[in-house]
Amino acid sequence: MAGTAFSDQQVQLSNFRLRIWFCIIVILVMLGILASRFYFLQVIQHDHFHTLAENNRMSIVPVVPNRGLILDRAGLVMANNFSAYTLEINPSKVDDLDETIDRLSAIVDITPRDRKRFKKLREDSHRFEILPIKSRLTEVEVARFAANRFRFPGVDINARLFRNYPQGVSASHVVGYIGRINDKDLEKLEADEKLPNYRGSNHLGKIGLEESFEDELHGRTGFEQVEIDAGGRAIRSLSREEPVAGNNLILSLDLKLQQIAEKAFGQYRGALVAIDPKTGDVLASVSQPGFDPNYFVDGIDQVHWDAYNNSVDKPLNNRALRGVYPPGSTIKPFMALAGLYYGKRSPATTIFDPGYFTLSGSSHQYRCWKSGGHGAVDLKKSVVISCDTYYYGLANELGIDRMHEFLSKFGFGQLTGIDVKDEVSGNLPSKEWKKRRFKQVWYPGETVISGIGQGYTLVTPMQLAHATAIIAGNGISIRPHFVKAIQNSQTGEIKSIDFPKEQPFPFKAEDLALVRDAMVAVTQPGGTAARAAAGAPYAFGGKTGTAQVKSMKQGEKYNEKTVEERYRDHALFIAYAPANDPTIAIGMIVENGGHGGSTAAPIARQVLDYHLLGKIPAAQIEEAKVEEEHD
Amino acid sequence: MIRRLLERLFAPLDMAIMVPMLLLLGCGLMVLYSAAGEDADKVIDQLRNLAVAIIAMWIIALIPTQYLLQVAAPIYVIGILLLLGVALFGEVSHGARRWLHIGVGRIQPSELMKIAMPLMLAWYFHRRESSLRFWDFLIAAVILAVPVLLIVKQPDLGTALLIAASGFYVLFLAGLSLRLLLGLGVLVGASLPLAWSVMHDYQRQRILTLLDPAQDPLGAGYHTIQSTIALGSGGLSGKGWMNGTQTHLDFLPERTTDFIFAVYGEEFGLVGNLILLILYFALIVRGMMIAYGAGNLFGRLVAGALTLTLFTYAFVNMGMVSGILPVVGVPLPFVSYGGTALVTILISLGILMGIQSQKKLVPT
Repeated sequence: MAGTAFSDQQVQLSNFRLRIWFCIIVILVMLGILASRFYFLQVIQHDHFHTLAENNRMSIVPVVPNRGLILDRAGLVMANNFSAYTLEINPSKVDDLDETIDRLSAIVDITPRDRKRFKKLREDSHRFEILPIKSRLTEVEVARFAANRFRFPGVDINARLFRNYPQGVSASHVVGYIGRINDKDLEKLEADEKLPNYRGSNHLGKIGLEESFEDELHGRTGFEQVEIDAGGRAIRSLSREEPVAGNNLILSLDLKLQQIAEKAFGQYRGALVAIDPKTGDVLASVSQPGFDPNYFVDGIDQVHWDAYNNSVDKPLNNRALRGVYPPGSTIKPFMALAGLYYGKRSPATTIFDPGYFTLSGSSHQYRCWKSGGHGAVDLKKSVVISCDTYYYGLANELGIDRMHEFLSKFGFGQLTGIDVKDEVSGNLPSKEWKKRRFKQVWYPGETVISGIGQGYTLVTPMQLAHATAIIAGNGISIRPHFVKAIQNSQTGEIKSIDFPKEQPFPFKAEDLALVRDAMVAVTQPGGTAARAAAGAPYAFGGKTGTAQVKSMKQGEKYNEKTVEERYRDHALFIAYAPANDPTIAIGMIVENGGHGGSTAAPIARQVLDYHLLGKIPAAQIEEAKVEEEHD
Repeated sequence: MIRRLLERLFAPLDMAIMVPMLLLLGCGLMVLYSAAGEDADKVIDQLRNLAVAIIAMWIIALIPTQYLLQVAAPIYVIGILLLLGVALFGEVSHGARRWLHIGVGRIQPSELMKIAMPLMLAWYFHRRESSLRFWDFLIAAVILAVPVLLIVKQPDLGTALLIAASGFYVLFLAGLSLRLLLGLGVLVGASLPLAWSVMHDYQRQRILTLLDPAQDPLGAGYHTIQSTIALGSGGLSGKGWMNGTQTHLDFLPERTTDFIFAVYGEEFGLVGNLILLILYFALIVRGMMIAYGAGNLFGRLVAGALTLTLFTYAFVNMGMVSGILPVVGVPLPFVSYGGTALVTILISLGILMGIQSQKKLVPT
C-alpha cells in the first residue's frame, strides 16, 4: 500500500512538473500576443496614432441636448429653455479671484447676490472648472466685455441654455426645478452608469416632475470629435453625432384651473388636489404658499434660500403630497360605506344621538360636535349633518381592524403611486400597527375617535382626492398622475400613457348610490356645505371636515396673534361634480381655516365653477383688471 | 552572533525575485512621477506604501511554510465571513458594495481573498494528497465558488474572475484531469449566454465597447481609445520620460492607477514595453521554478498558483490598456499607484520566497 501511495505521489509530481512546463509555454505565447499587439500599435500603426496624438490632437466635446418642455393639458408652457449669454470664470486660471471680480463689476453689473451665489457654487461643485458669475447678460454688457476681454484671462462669455419657468410660483411644487449638478448628484449618476450622458450637462432635475422625469427630459448627449491645437482650442470638427433633445411632458394639469384654485386660497395655507375620476388625471395640485422655481436654476442665493427655508409657512413643502392631516369628518362617507358593507348599518337603521357616546362599562363621554345631540339619525342624515355620535358607535361596532381593511381599499395609509417622487403614505392605524409602532395594545376609545377621522389617522390631500375620485367613479380606481402623455422630441409623436382602471373592492352599487345621495344633500339646504353651494346651477356632492390642531411648534409662542391663528382648526372638504356624472373630484385642506363648510368649501366652489362653467371668480377678475391698469 | 542573525534575516530574500521586482518597482515610481504631472507627493506616498509592502513581504518570507499551512483554512474562513459582512453591511461606493468598515478604517475583503484562495485550496489538496479522489475536485470547486459568487454579487466581476482564476490554477496544478478540463471549457462556453443574461447593464456595455470602442466614445470606450492612442503614438522608442503628450494634456484617464501602462508605453515606446515584458517573464519563470522544486505539495501549489496569478494581473492590465481585453479594474503589478494592491502582490512574493528558503533549510 505504502509503495502505491509513493508511486502515486511520484506520478503526481511528474504530472505537476509537466503542467508547470505547459504553463510556462502558455505564458510565453501570451506574452508573444502582447508583444505583437504592441508591435502593431507602436510600429505598424504608429503613424496613424502619431497623427492623432501629435500634429492634431483629437478631443471629444460633448454636445448638450435641449431639455424637454413641460406643458399643461392645453399646451400652456410650464417649463422651457432660452439661450442667453453668461459670464463664466475658470478659477484655476485666475490668480486673484476677488480682485478679478472687482474689476469685472466695473463693466458688468455684478451684484453682491451674484458674488454670494458664485461662492456657494464653488463650494458645492468641484466637478466644474468653469462656473458662471453672471447669467443673462444684456447686449451692452456683452459688447463692453468683448472690448475688455484681454484684461481678463480665465474669464469668458458663452451662450448657454437656461431653464425657465414662465408660470413662476404657480404649480411650482408639481413642476419642481432643475439645479446645478453637485457632488452628491454626481455620485448617484456614476452609480447608475449615467455619467457619460451627463458629460457637459451642468444641471439636472432636483425635485418635482423635473426630478421624477429626468430620464425623459434630459435627452441624449451628442458628441463632436474636434481637432484641437496645442493650446486646446478647437480648430476643426472631424465628426459630429447630434444630441437628441429630451422629450416633452404633457401634463394632465389644467393650468387655468390650478391658478384659480391657488388664488382662491388667498392668504390661507393649505392644499387642494382635483382629479378627473374617469381618467385619474390630476387637474390641479395646489400647495400654498409656493415658491418661485426660477431662483433655484443657477443656484439659489442665500437671501432667498433663507426666506424660503426658515419661513414658518414652509413654502418648499409640497403639502398636496407630503402634508399629513387628520381627515376629520371627511372620513364619514367612507365609514358609512364600511357600515353598509359589513352589515352593521342599513339605510333605515336609526340611532338616537343624545349629544355624546359612551362605551359600555365606561362613563367617559365622546361628545358630538352639537351639544344636546341630533336626536334620531339615520345613515343619510349622519352624513348630511355630520353626526359624530353615529360614527362613534359605528366605529366601535366595526372595530379598528375592519376599518383598516376597508379604508385601505380607498388608498388611505398607502402611497397613491403618483408619478412624482417623495409622496408620503400618511397613516391608517390598526392593532398590529400600534403594536409595531408603540409596542402598546389598542384601546377601544381609540377606535371610537378614529370613526370621526381623529386620532392616529393621517391623510394627504392627494389621498383624500383619490379616495373621493373612487366614490365619484363608482368604485373604479385609477392611479393619479400628473403626466398623461409624452411627446417625442424627434418625431413630435405624442404617446399617451396608459393607466389601467382597477376595481379595488366590490362596492355595492346601491351602497355607493346611497352615500353619494347623502353627499349631494350635504351641499343642499340643511347640509353642512349648503352656504358654499348656494346658487350653483349644478348639483354636486361634498363632505366637510374639521381637524383639531393640537400641538404648537416651538418659536411661535412669542407672538400671541400667530399662536392663536395657528392653533385654529384645519378646515377640510371633499367634493365631486356634477353629481350624476362626475368629471372632477376634490380633496382639500385649509390650514387653521376653522370649519370646512365656511373656508374650504367656498374655495372648492370656485374650482368647480371654473371647471364646469368656465366661470372666473369675480374677485380674480377685479384683480386682473387692476394689474392691467398698472401695466 | 549578530552576523548569524542577520544572515538568517536576509536568507529568504531571493535575489532572482528581488532583482526583477526592484527593477519593476523602479519603473513604476519613475513613470508615476511623470503620470502624476511631475508631482512628487504621489511618489512619496507610493514610497510609503512600498515601505509597508516590503516589510510585509519580508515578514511573510521569514514565516515557515508549515505555519502558513496551519493558518490557510482560518484565513479563508475569515475572508468568507468578511465577504458576508460586506454583503450585509458593506459600504456602497460607485454602485458596488465592496468596502467594510471595521472600527478605524475600511477594508476590501476581496483583496484578502486573492491570497487566501490559493492558500486554502493548496491546503486542501495537501491534506488529501495521498488519497486524492475525483470528488475532492468537486469540494475544491465549492471552496472556489463561494467567495467568487459573493464577489460577483458586489458586483465586482473583474476581481471575481481573477480570484476564480487563482483558484483554478491550484486545481489545474493539483492534477485536474484534462478530460474534465475540456468538459469544463465546453460548459463555460455554453453558459456564456446565461452569463450575459444575468450581467449588469454596465458589464454588458463594457463587453460591447470592447468589441467596438468607438461606439461609446464618451463613456466606456473613452479609456480604450485614449490609451491606444497613447501607446501607438509612443512608437518604437517612445517620446521620452515626462514627454508623453497624451498624458500631459490630460487626455488619459486614471493615468496613475489602472492606465499607467499607457503612460509608460507612450514615453518609453515598444522598447520599453518589451523590457517590461522581459522583467515580468523573469519574475514569473523564477516563481515557476520555485514551484517546480518546492519541498511539498502545499508549497508547489501555492507557489505555482501565486505566480500564475501575478502573470494574470500583468497580462490582463496590459491587454486592457492595449485594447485586446475589456476594461476591468485591475492594476498593473508593481507599477500602478495604490497601496492595497502593492501589499497584496509583495505578500505573495514573500510567500514564494518563504517556500524557496524552506526548501534550502530542510532539503527533502
